[in-house]
Amino acid sequence: MEKRRNFIHPYIPNSVPEIKAQMLKEIGAQDIEELYEDIPESLRMRKEMNLPQPLRSEHELKKHVEEILAKNVTCRENISFLGGGCWQHYVPAICDEINHRSEFLTAYAGEAYEDHGRFHSLFEYESLMAELVDMDVVNVPTYDWGQAASTTLRMAGRITGRKQILIADTVSPDRLAMMRNYCYPILDLILIGHDPETGVVKMEDLKAKLSQETAGLYFDNPSYLGFIETQGQQMADLAHAVGALSLVGVDPSSLGVLTPPSHYAADIVCGDIQGLGMHLNYGGGLAGFIASHDEEKFVMEYPSRLFGITRTTVEGEYGFGDVAYERTSFDKREEGKEFVGTHSALWGITAAVYLALMGPKGMQELGQGILQRSLYLMQRLSEIPGVKAPKFQSAHFKEFVVDFTASGKKVSEINQALLDHNIFGGKDLSYEFPDLGQCALYCVTEVHSQVELDSLVTALKTFLGE
Amino acid sequence: MKDNKKIRMRNFHQAKWDEPIIFELDTPGERGITVPEVEKEIKDRVGDGLSAIPSGMLRKTLPALPEVSQMRVLKHFLRLSQACLGADFNIDVGQGTCTVKYNPKINDVIASSPKVTDIHPLQDFQTVQGALEIMYKVELFLKEISGLDRFSLQPGGGSAAILAMASIIHNYHANRGEGGRRDEIITTMFSHPSDAAAAAVKGYKIITLNSNEEGYISAEAVQDVVSERTAGLLITNPEDTGIFNPLIREFTDIVHNAGGLCGYDQANANGILGMTRALEAGFDMCFFNMHKTFASPHGCGGPALGALGVTEELIDYLPVPLVDYDGNNYCLRYDLRHTIGKVRGFQGVFPVVLRAYAWIMSLGAEGLKEVANIAVLNNNYMLEKIKKIRGANAPYAPGKHRIEQVRYSWEELYKDTGVTSEDVTRRLTDFGFHLWQSHHPFVVPQPFTIEPTEAYSKAELDEYLAGLEKVVEEAYSDPEKVKNSPYRSVVHKIDDVPLDDPKKWAITWRSYLKKKHTWDEE
Repeated sequence: MEKRRNFIHPYIPNSVPEIKAQMLKEIGAQDIEELYEDIPESLRMRKEMNLPQPLRSEHELKKHVEEILAKNVTCRENISFLGGGCWQHYVPAICDEINHRSEFLTAYAGEAYEDHGRFHSLFEYESLMAELVDMDVVNVPTYDWGQAASTTLRMAGRITGRKQILIADTVSPDRLAMMRNYCYPILDLILIGHDPETGVVKMEDLKAKLSQETAGLYFDNPSYLGFIETQGQQMADLAHAVGALSLVGVDPSSLGVLTPPSHYAADIVCGDIQGLGMHLNYGGGLAGFIASHDEEKFVMEYPSRLFGITRTTVEGEYGFGDVAYERTSFDKREEGKEFVGTHSALWGITAAVYLALMGPKGMQELGQGILQRSLYLMQRLSEIPGVKAPKFQSAHFKEFVVDFTASGKKVSEINQALLDHNIFGGKDLSYEFPDLGQCALYCVTEVHSQVELDSLVTALKTFLGE
Repeated sequence: MKDNKKIRMRNFHQAKWDEPIIFELDTPGERGITVPEVEKEIKDRVGDGLSAIPSGMLRKTLPALPEVSQMRVLKHFLRLSQACLGADFNIDVGQGTCTVKYNPKINDVIASSPKVTDIHPLQDFQTVQGALEIMYKVELFLKEISGLDRFSLQPGGGSAAILAMASIIHNYHANRGEGGRRDEIITTMFSHPSDAAAAAVKGYKIITLNSNEEGYISAEAVQDVVSERTAGLLITNPEDTGIFNPLIREFTDIVHNAGGLCGYDQANANGILGMTRALEAGFDMCFFNMHKTFASPHGCGGPALGALGVTEELIDYLPVPLVDYDGNNYCLRYDLRHTIGKVRGFQGVFPVVLRAYAWIMSLGAEGLKEVANIAVLNNNYMLEKIKKIRGANAPYAPGKHRIEQVRYSWEELYKDTGVTSEDVTRRLTDFGFHLWQSHHPFVVPQPFTIEPTEAYSKAELDEYLAGLEKVVEEAYSDPEKVKNSPYRSVVHKIDDVPLDDPKKWAITWRSYLKKKHTWDEE
């Protein structure tokens, strides 16, 4: 295709030949090529990159991308029961209104003056999360729960000066893979077993493995498999007795109804805020939080930005800034704590909006509604011959394991059949937890109406009844 | 054409609302939003739901969140947004190393489609063919741009990509039985702090090379530090100084000869797109920040994406899953023999991948090269002008051109007037400009780093330059004015003391309420 001469791309103003010439003149260079004098010829790319012809009008571009995206089938067009660490909650309109604001969307690393609003809103995010978890310190968000948990383990290692972490074996395999990579070869991660009936941590196994070597004990509550761990206090006491820390991952959407981990003596709490105002975004809405009490030995081990409140030269004016910046790799490179960079700040601001909108009653109603709906669905599913819900005889929040083993059908077959009913069935657990047999992880939130829950039951009855 | 001297400084004042903390807006009983009510039949059948929770796990007191009506919440955060100077508002050339450029609005529109926002990462691959196709094609583009063989789009930012590179280096040597022995990573002082910090997370001892007086690192310097303990090299080129080291291929050869792997930090590749590639420079790995060079917005610091590329030999080490195409369908591939596992949940940050796709498709090969060329033109134009500003200097490589950015120094200004780099950044906010002081440690005294990218017009660059000149003029005539600034920003000069003292710091509102009384204590 013939090159379009003198095409000035809308994103590149100084391509205008007269401007370009004037700027080169100021520089004292003949051409732009001269500015690359330091790149040796052997390293120069002299052929044009093999990329598709550009779509230069915005209209063509939009049409092209939308045509590709049209191949996606969404959780709005279907009824979805997928969760597993990325949850379909309702996103209040104001959350998107705020995170679409140019001021926030296109800001980056400004100072606490021109970017005061960024500091202020992330301080509020930390403060609102602090009420949910009932602790005094929360970080500016990291990438996701997996990263937050990984850093939680590393913090425990540094605080205790020990190298061994015990982890409940029911944690998310995806997050465990992150933790393993992030901790290797500094910490040893040792799994502890669960009670096959209830899913909760097997106390004998925990007691057998806890020792003076243990830096921390990590478990999720509610667990990845949805059941509620009831032995939190006992586990924390056992950990503390050997000088280890209690580390708990939590779904913040549960904290309007469930006891926060700090009430059963957790030392560091982490989790994901995706459910607090972020869309699914194919997983791109994840963002991790870490929380602790306000003790110097904990605070100084955070790698993240921690925005604190302060005062200014004007009486009564709030200012903000970085607390103990010298902890960070921005200040100390490899001598800082782990590393900090660009993580998920915009989702922190969005979660602040969400929590401000929800308030205490909203969070309680959210949690209660989820409990009721999931109880309802578990009961209805158990009516179906060959289906057991929940698999674990425990209380659950939002997610639960459905056991299809007795139906004689594989989860993959069931999910394929459900697709024909415009239903995304729960996550197939048969790869991650083969010992469970043909089990799937179902997720129910406030977005599921009774009609939708019933339609799942009907579709399953139809398929399994055949 | 406008002349600098004729540029009138704006009578700028940033929005200042004196907005309280959200907790101060608490009015018990107000509601911001309601949640869907549970149907009566469900309630009748299962009861209140709460009684199913074991008593110890039922929250006894509600979280002490504020109660605020909807419009007030909206107004609060809109006002806070106005107290934040995004790139869409200012001439954001003062955040060097970070490639703050135009983030096309159309890309945000596309990324806000329900076809993006409402897909779940665990959906059956048949139902997300559009997303997988975009990911697959972005990978094809990045392969062409870098010359490397496969990419993972999973890392959640540049630092996560560095961690992934360090993890690959670690596992690679471990698999060859050299894990324990190879315990050193080489980097440079003008590479990003995370090249050192994220590698140290894997237990590596970090060797940091400093530039010589000309701003270059010599091949001898690299040769001197490699040994049988060398695990790898993690390096930026051009470095934060905007200087491209022409010896880079020698560096990678030296490290390879010593048995190490080479990772190229291309977080910022804005000046060299289509001009030079990781492959020819001899790298085994590289990564691009999609939120920098590839125009996805920075979002106050993420969500972001560091796309990680490797040569054929290292594909098996990449995080899983990868996106594959069999000619008919796109699917996710998990069977990598030596995979480091995961570095971010699920498949990473898809909306950022999508924006990068749209950006590349808008520009094409010629356009990407024009991006680089104009970014370099703009940078050298500013270099030429800033060198002439009293009190400002551009250390290293005298008389030479730079690639996409320059690390400057206000040392002379400081010596002449006592005005620091930090003072200048504060005063600039009074005129609606942002200037960043640069990464620590301040090897360049009183530093600042400017990266104009391709996005700003000459008239805008001139306006920014006039801003710098204005503040310098004030520093010489009335230094106290600069030191005590700002005056027309959102807030006035802050007191750092409560931020660094454990007895005083308050990272949350509840903590502030407990500790504010200590602020006046010694």
